Amino acid sequence: MTAGRCTAALLAAVLVCGLTCASTAAAEEAITEEYESISNANEHVQAQDDYARSQKRREITEHDDDQNEPPPSSSSSSSSSSSSSSSPPSKDYFKEELVIRPLSSGDIYASFQFQTRWDTDFFAPGKKVSHYRLFPKSLGQLMSKFSVREMHVSFTQGYWRTMQWGQPFLPAPPGAELWVWFQDSVADVDGAWKELTNVLSGIFCASLNFIDSTNTVEPTASFKPLGVGNVTHQRFLRYAVLPREIVCTENLTPWKKLLPCGSKAGLAVLMKSEKLFHSSFLSLAVHIRPVCQDWGCKGTAWELRQTVNVVFDLHTTGQGKREWSFFKMFSRTLTEACPLATSSKVYIDVTDNPQGELFELNPAAPSLTQAVVLGDRRTYAVYDLMASGTFGLLRSLNVLLRWKTPGNFSTQVDMLRPLLHGERYVAGYGLQTGEIHTLIYNNHPYRAFPVLLLDIVPWYLRLYIHTLTVTSKSRENKPSYIHYQPSKDRLRPHLLEMLIQLPPNSVTEVTVQFERALLKWTEYTPDPNHGFYVGSSVISALVPSVVAMDTIFPESSYFVRVYTEPLLVNLPTPDFSMPYNVICLTCTVVAVGYGSLYNLLTRTFQVEEPSPGVVKRLANMIRYLRGVPLL
Amino acid sequence: MAAPLTLVLIVAVTIRAVLFSSSLAEPLMERVEVVSPLNAWKRVVEGLALLDLGASPYSGDVFHETPLIIYLFHFVIDYADIVFMIADGITAVALYLAVQDYNKTVFRKQKYALEADRYPHDCLELIRTPKEMYYIPLKVALFYLLNPFTIFSCVAKSTCGLNNAVIALFILSTIKGSAFLSAVFLALATYQSIYPLTLFAPALLFLLQRLYIPVNFYRPSFWLFTLQYAVMYLGSLCVIVCLSFFLLSSWDFIPSVYGFILSVPDLTPNIGLFWYFFAEMFEHFRFFFICVFQINVFFYTIPLSIKLKEHPVFLIFMQIAIISIFKSYPTVGDISLYMAFLPVWSHLYRFLRNIFLVSCVMLACSALFPVLWHLWIYAGSANSNFYYAITLLFNVGQILLVSDYFYAFLRREHHLTHGLYLKRKDGSEATLVLK
Repeated sequence: MTAGRCTAALLAAVLVCGLTCASTAAAEEAITEEYESISNANEHVQAQDDYARSQKRREITEHDDDQNEPPPSSSSSSSSSSSSSSSPPSKDYFKEELVIRPLSSGDIYASFQFQTRWDTDFFAPGKKVSHYRLFPKSLGQLMSKFSVREMHVSFTQGYWRTMQWGQPFLPAPPGAELWVWFQDSVADVDGAWKELTNVLSGIFCASLNFIDSTNTVEPTASFKPLGVGNVTHQRFLRYAVLPREIVCTENLTPWKKLLPCGSKAGLAVLMKSEKLFHSSFLSLAVHIRPVCQDWGCKGTAWELRQTVNVVFDLHTTGQGKREWSFFKMFSRTLTEACPLATSSKVYIDVTDNPQGELFELNPAAPSLTQAVVLGDRRTYAVYDLMASGTFGLLRSLNVLLRWKTPGNFSTQVDMLRPLLHGERYVAGYGLQTGEIHTLIYNNHPYRAFPVLLLDIVPWYLRLYIHTLTVTSKSRENKPSYIHYQPSKDRLRPHLLEMLIQLPPNSVTEVTVQFERALLKWTEYTPDPNHGFYVGSSVISALVPSVVAMDTIFPESSYFVRVYTEPLLVNLPTPDFSMPYNVICLTCTVVAVGYGSLYNLLTRTFQVEEPSPGVVKRLANMIRYLRGVPLL
Repeated sequence: MAAPLTLVLIVAVTIRAVLFSSSLAEPLMERVEVVSPLNAWKRVVEGLALLDLGASPYSGDVFHETPLIIYLFHFVIDYADIVFMIADGITAVALYLAVQDYNKTVFRKQKYALEADRYPHDCLELIRTPKEMYYIPLKVALFYLLNPFTIFSCVAKSTCGLNNAVIALFILSTIKGSAFLSAVFLALATYQSIYPLTLFAPALLFLLQRLYIPVNFYRPSFWLFTLQYAVMYLGSLCVIVCLSFFLLSSWDFIPSVYGFILSVPDLTPNIGLFWYFFAEMFEHFRFFFICVFQINVFFYTIPLSIKLKEHPVFLIFMQIAIISIFKSYPTVGDISLYMAFLPVWSHLYRFLRNIFLVSCVMLACSALFPVLWHLWIYAGSANSNFYYAITLLFNVGQILLVSDYFYAFLRREHHLTHGLYLKRKDGSEATLVLK
């Protein structure tokens, strides 16, 4: 971790240097470092976040004896928490957390995170891991069989509305997303990827088996490993999105089975599928990565994070009332923590209610904590489920939020506009050509920052890269780095990665034209006129933080990944009902050509002699038989 | 004679220059009838853009031009309009000169035959006069330059215009009797789009005829010349392909250009027969039918060469027409090349059986292509079958046109040997039939 801290500071310097260099001299190295540092920054910023938080925690624990844990979902505080946890580090342990944030739009955002850490190495030579306790065996075997170093899979129903809801703790695109870093010992990465997607498809009951070479890419910059390790060549990375994937109960059930307590105890009892799926947004995710065992990073541990992010639309489900409670949202209440968990907490975001003048929580929170999440300082009310007093006399916890002002939705606290926001649409009409517009908003009033834009477009929309334009503030904004991999028909998609500098307070528009291909009739989906989905663009950036952070860390950027809307594009279709007719008609035309030429080639001109009539022929036949001369 | 040609050239260039600067140029570049995935200007620009990005233009499936085309436009990308106008001009002038020379040969042969009294006496009205032959070269240039198909093709900057220029130069050098240049241009044309390979036979026949070498398999002189011409052709083809290899130092262009032409993976609609057929094809018959359709293009060479071995120029016309009907990605530019030859066969007019019908079909189809395309793609009130039906009809029209000319040519030859007014055995007036 110390090493990580040093590199973070160093990378920050490189980043600043890179940004200035890139604009003046387009030195290739500077650019490369720049984008690498941006994408690496994800890891480091998180690491830093962890560190900052653990520092803060120490301060807090010095002041009062409450064991304050940081709000977790945004973070990956595993490596740091081990240092400060009071119990001696066990071989594997499990933590569960639930963060609830009332959104300014009136919706409720609930984010579950279940974290399992196991201080073992799957890939240690001569050692076979076969004894599993908390870590799910199915995933562990998967990791060791396919030599997976890092795996991130998410299933999402609905689209996260950044402009209304702010940044999510863990962003995910609509549909299914899977990205995997393999160990550098893997020789046949494509083969391992193919098998892995099929196995995952079985584990999660999802259509991940539809991932093939036509929707798999190897991004060069946008997806860097989040765990420890030194493999960064994109050869070992595979990324795929299935934007059309429908997420439903059959995905949630296997997901819940991976938890040590299943859905029997702990926070997971709240996940009742008829309530979860009656929501505006639902995202299930599983993230596995290697982390350091301790500060010295002497050994690696495996971290499994399972998250559920859900946005409830209480406008419609709450019958016009803004009050919410666990029971209203989940139709369950909490009765106990998972007995296997070392920590089990519920956090409720009360930042907008510092003095308790807007709403009150019932039962009142035993303690408060503060943390900087996504560049913003938040205050959380904490309920520790391990503490005996939390459940009260009824042996159940049903947190209820009651508004003090009369319940109309207009008196909302204005949400801070997200600094980075992206949207996308298809322009043009007709089924021949079209244009993809991607709009990237930088809402920061005075700071410019670079973003990485990743676009994956299926092969049947033929992109014309020479029509690519990037404009901000009605001026051309030349990307300092472009990686473009053209598609191959029926083999691989287009991959476009760009590093774009966003001027302050601006909208940057990226447009590129495409042509719609006519496919073979068997290549269309069963509902071809519904259209074809194009996965979300991925915008990754280091966004300057609006709140000044701790003075010990002057670094004031945080990593954000924004997914745009998926596109739905119509293609021209043949008539599916008449393959036989087409084959017959075309062959007829070819035969007409062949026949007329054959006719002229093989026959010769002759004078037409009139053929004798039937009577004459009959008479001639008789004459022939009689042996008299013919007529 | 040069003055009218210059005038035609000036008019043609003016029309093109006006159209280039008009708002018609942009939409024309997207028309599927005018550009195909093989020769669209948009794709040439894309290939150059890929080259600028440091990627091989053949790493994607958008660019299917040959490396020499990239090399050419790498330098003249800013003057592309002029290049395409010059290409059209070259084609017209080459055809003009070729036809002029060919007419001289025809006339000389006719004179010898008349002197030898080889024609039947009632055939005098079939004899061609210098007066009617005088304007034929000009008409050819006119037909090529002012054909709307050529103009659209040029304004859309379809590289088909360049291929036509190469083929026209090949015809010119063949008719002028330069075996070497003929082989070089034929190799260049083959390199551009494979199909002109079938023009090898007529060129060889013409050169043999010019050198008075009879087509006789027992004569060493025949084999010697054939070998000579084949070596020149294959040698220059080899040089061009190797040159392309050294330009980009990879063989990627072979599958990307020739594989693309032969295996027809891109089913973008065009005026040909392939796209809808293979869009609707059952997967397990696909390979079989691709083989059948491709062999179909090349197959006619052998019987036609046997039948027309005395008339290689007509054979060239037939071959170009067959290629442009049955090739995998045809455009109107290909049609305009063989249509330019129609004035050369103006003496066959009296034997054409359904020229009126065919002209009507072609005109109606040309008008209906954009209409039905609009209904399918933009209005959504028609479907692909409408456009497909028009391509079928258009191709039937072309087939009828070509076979009609073939019929007329054969019939005239028959009359020239057997007399124009044939009698039956009983002395009544006879009709000719094919048997």
